[in-house]
Amino acid sequence: MTQEEVRTRVHQFIRKNFLFDEKTPLTDDQSLLGSGVVDSTGILELISFLEETCRVKFEDNELVADNFDTIARIAGFITAKLSREKV
Amino acid sequence: MQFQEDVLRLDAEEEIAAIRAGIRDTVLKTLRRKGAVVSVSGGIDSALCAAVCAHALGGENVLALFSPERDSSPDSLRLGRLLVEKLGIPSHTEDIAPILEASGCYAYQREAVRMVFAEYGEGWKFKITLPSIIEGDRLNVSRLTARTPSGEFRSERMTAQAYLQLVAATNFKQRTRKMLDYFHADRLNFAVCGTPNRLEYDQGFFVKGGDGLADFKPIAHLYKTQVFQLARALGVPDEICDRTPTTDTFSLPQTQEEFYFALPYAKMDLCLYGRNNGVPAAEVAPVVGLTPEQVERVYKDIDVKRRTTRPLHLPALLVKDVHEISEMKKAVVG
Repeated sequence: MTQEEVRTRVHQFIRKNFLFDEKTPLTDDQSLLGSGVVDSTGILELISFLEETCRVKFEDNELVADNFDTIARIAGFITAKLSREKV
Repeated sequence: MQFQEDVLRLDAEEEIAAIRAGIRDTVLKTLRRKGAVVSVSGGIDSALCAAVCAHALGGENVLALFSPERDSSPDSLRLGRLLVEKLGIPSHTEDIAPILEASGCYAYQREAVRMVFAEYGEGWKFKITLPSIIEGDRLNVSRLTARTPSGEFRSERMTAQAYLQLVAATNFKQRTRKMLDYFHADRLNFAVCGTPNRLEYDQGFFVKGGDGLADFKPIAHLYKTQVFQLARALGVPDEICDRTPTTDTFSLPQTQEEFYFALPYAKMDLCLYGRNNGVPAAEVAPVVGLTPEQVERVYKDIDVKRRTTRPLHLPALLVKDVHEISEMKKAVVG
């Protein structure tokens, strides 16, 4: 899965599950946790979605804001993780 | 002025007098009820509520309600009885386990736990825990910690589905207790006293329609440290004052910071005070024994919890205003 594919899937998932509309702005660099788009239940849903869709398993030490706070960071982190696991 | 540990110290006599006047005004005049029902858990918050209600309304006009269930610590009921004996107030015990069994609370809990540990069954105990945000900028991802019948501890990250169902099923406990609070309040023409302290109230650590539901909340403005101070001043038994606060909700013992708050209450209080009063993290840090970065993370967690639990504080929302009722509400609560 390419970084662009991950980005698109996450973007769609967040819009459908947390924003509930097409109008609210959602950028790749917007803080999802800081802006309140994703709350503590939302993060559980997001993690389950990512593990299922991208076929990855996150380690506990990877569950930090640095990896999940923006769509860009999520896409970058997952792509890097997938390529590490492929090696 | 330098930020210090004793910043939360109150003039106990003055504060008790203010709360007493507030309760009398609210219960007798605004609510027009004769007394108060207090759900007594054996913990410090409900103990102080029972004590201030007895002080304000007279012991005979307070009913302490004990509502143990299958997962309650036996200590809770014992300490509750110790309290009412000391305060000289009437009490009543409702074993809520049969209601919880009939409503499906335990069955839904079991089903949720089995989403994480398929072999969960007789003899297992469990609790929900959160990672410490002190050790790093960890996401608030809940884990299920279980003890098997052989004594082995296991811990797994929860899925959203398992977490939501387990919390929803567990909320039957607080909501059942509230239903019984209101039954007794209705039959006695009493009001229901809610028992949250400021940390719980501010950070949304309550169940809507459960422990969050009440006619009045006399200690919601008090930091937990102040709750302890006033409880001692009003003669709440030492054993209750010395006990570590627990949730007494799941079958494994659980501290409140494991489940919800980032820190033990005394430090959490100081951080919340610091956040509320614009005290820089660097000033709070040495007082609570943390680094400024750690206090910043606690500040951030406070903001996030306050924001995400905002709906818990809202009344049922209307699509269009009913002017006559909204004006009446404004006249009472401003």
